[in-house]
Amino acid sequence: MHPILGQLRRLIPYLLGWLPLAGMLVYLLAVPGGLTWTEAFALGVPLCLLYGFMCLSAWYSCRWTPLERIGALQLALTHLLAATVVSGFWILSAKALGHVLSDFSAFSGLEPRLSKNLPLLFGTGILLYLLAVAFFYVLLAVQQSQEAKEREMKAGVLARDAELKALKAQVNPHFLFNSLNSISALTSSDPAKAREMCVLLGDFLRRTLGLGEKVAIPLEEELSLIRSFLAVEKVRFGARIQMEENIDEDALDVFVPPLLLQPLVENAVVHGISNLVEGGSIKLEIHSHNGALSIAVENSFDPDSPPRRRGGVGLANVRQRLATRHGNLASFEVKTEGDRYRVAITMPAERAEHAQ
Amino acid sequence: MTQPPEKKFRAVIVDDEELARQVLREFLTAHAEIEIAAECANGFEAVKSVTELKPDLVFLDVQMPKLDGFEVLELIGTSAAVVFVTAHDNYAIRAFEVHAVDYLLKPFGSDRFEAALTRAKERLGAASSTLPSSSARPAPSPSDLAAAARPPAQYLDRIPVRDGTRVFIIPVSKLDYAEAQDDYLALCSEGKKHLKQQTISSLESGLDPSRFLRIHRSYIVNLERVARIEPYGKDSHVAVLHNGTQLPVSRAGYARLRELLDR
Repeated sequence: MHPILGQLRRLIPYLLGWLPLAGMLVYLLAVPGGLTWTEAFALGVPLCLLYGFMCLSAWYSCRWTPLERIGALQLALTHLLAATVVSGFWILSAKALGHVLSDFSAFSGLEPRLSKNLPLLFGTGILLYLLAVAFFYVLLAVQQSQEAKEREMKAGVLARDAELKALKAQVNPHFLFNSLNSISALTSSDPAKAREMCVLLGDFLRRTLGLGEKVAIPLEEELSLIRSFLAVEKVRFGARIQMEENIDEDALDVFVPPLLLQPLVENAVVHGISNLVEGGSIKLEIHSHNGALSIAVENSFDPDSPPRRRGGVGLANVRQRLATRHGNLASFEVKTEGDRYRVAITMPAERAEHAQ
Repeated sequence: MTQPPEKKFRAVIVDDEELARQVLREFLTAHAEIEIAAECANGFEAVKSVTELKPDLVFLDVQMPKLDGFEVLELIGTSAAVVFVTAHDNYAIRAFEVHAVDYLLKPFGSDRFEAALTRAKERLGAASSTLPSSSARPAPSPSDLAAAARPPAQYLDRIPVRDGTRVFIIPVSKLDYAEAQDDYLALCSEGKKHLKQQTISSLESGLDPSRFLRIHRSYIVNLERVARIEPYGKDSHVAVLHNGTQLPVSRAGYARLRELLDR
């Protein structure tokens, strides 16, 4: 769709913009061209209006030869060729107009005098066409930057949506139901432990509250969230869950999106440990070096248990949140080796001053 | 099926969480007429205990190591009254389709538990009073029930089979072909045949039609195993598998095969 031809409210200002050019053309024909002012006016104004329309075609050649993807030589050749052709047609029209006008007594003898001016018209036509090319390139650039801004806004909205959905999906209701069932068992057999479990569960829930508004939290905070989650799960699964941690001291103050790691650990429990009769271990490794944070969550799983939903929504959310926040700077990798399942993340290590 | 006049029910509790078993145990001890025959922490143990002990009542968790609750039920049959006990409410419809007596959502209180127990006893009472009724229409096998209750648009990825008290799990990728033999299916995988009480059409409905094809009234074949199709006699064919096994292909089966291959 042509940006000017398609809309009358753009076409009129565009043609008005040609008025000074028409004035210039009249002057050229009259003063250096040697025509009378009447002749120059009768020729120049319609010709200029016509050329205004003809130059609209420059938009197409601009669109098909985008500046950022084309060499200077090809650019010059394309537009010069187009300018020659369009200008050629224009002087043909000028000739025709001259022929028509010379039938009127007021313009007798116009034709030969016009013919002398044709090279001047041709040159002017090429220059005007190139001017139109420049104009359309500017127009295209403006359009593109507007589109980019719109895209950016849309991406921002999408990212925000994904983030919210991710956070809503975090606290798995089945985790709550199962924990409450454990508490229900403990109330009669071991009331003190039941109370302890209530405290652990309350502690975990309180930590997840309010995380939705935060963009990033210190890794230390995320880790204590994970530890309180695992403390609850340990009451349920007993000795079946073992936890190994290997965490760099200086990674603790790195900022990470909230609830980035908790879903990975929850997956390790739900899809790994809970399917193993004897249970297994979850290994959490976090290292920070050269401004990068690398995180790995590894767990045992039963290779014979059906793969359905292993990973699933939680992993997809983590991957998406990393991508919207860090783009190519973050990586997310899932690997299974024998009966070990490993999720590895690398991302830029943002310290306090960069976060938010 | 021997029940003493002074009726005592035997129950098996299946849950991988000790605390979850403890809740059930505690509620059950209030009932003198119920004896806890066994407690199992995973699907394999559950199948073994139920086939050996033949309990009247099974409390069955859904998500467990080795076999899930539905796979356990498929293998133990419906001779016992089964009460599902789970934190997930999304299996309820499926549970009743496989004739579960009740569906307890964790956490549950004693009122809800008593209601489930009463229903289970009613079911058991009704079953024993109308005991010699097997002459009526034969009930569908548990595997057929399970197949019918399987969530739609989700194909099987493995098939559990039971041999006595032992359980085998056949990943469908390792299933070469299945052959109908009377009331049973012979599932051939890695050179072994496993028998399972199920109809061939209910198995067929659970398998991915782009990977498995019913080539004959009595045969379903894993298409990856087919080496070639050869003409056999006048207008019939045989499918020759990579391991040399020859399976008959009916005329309808041949048409289906052509349709699949021509696509």
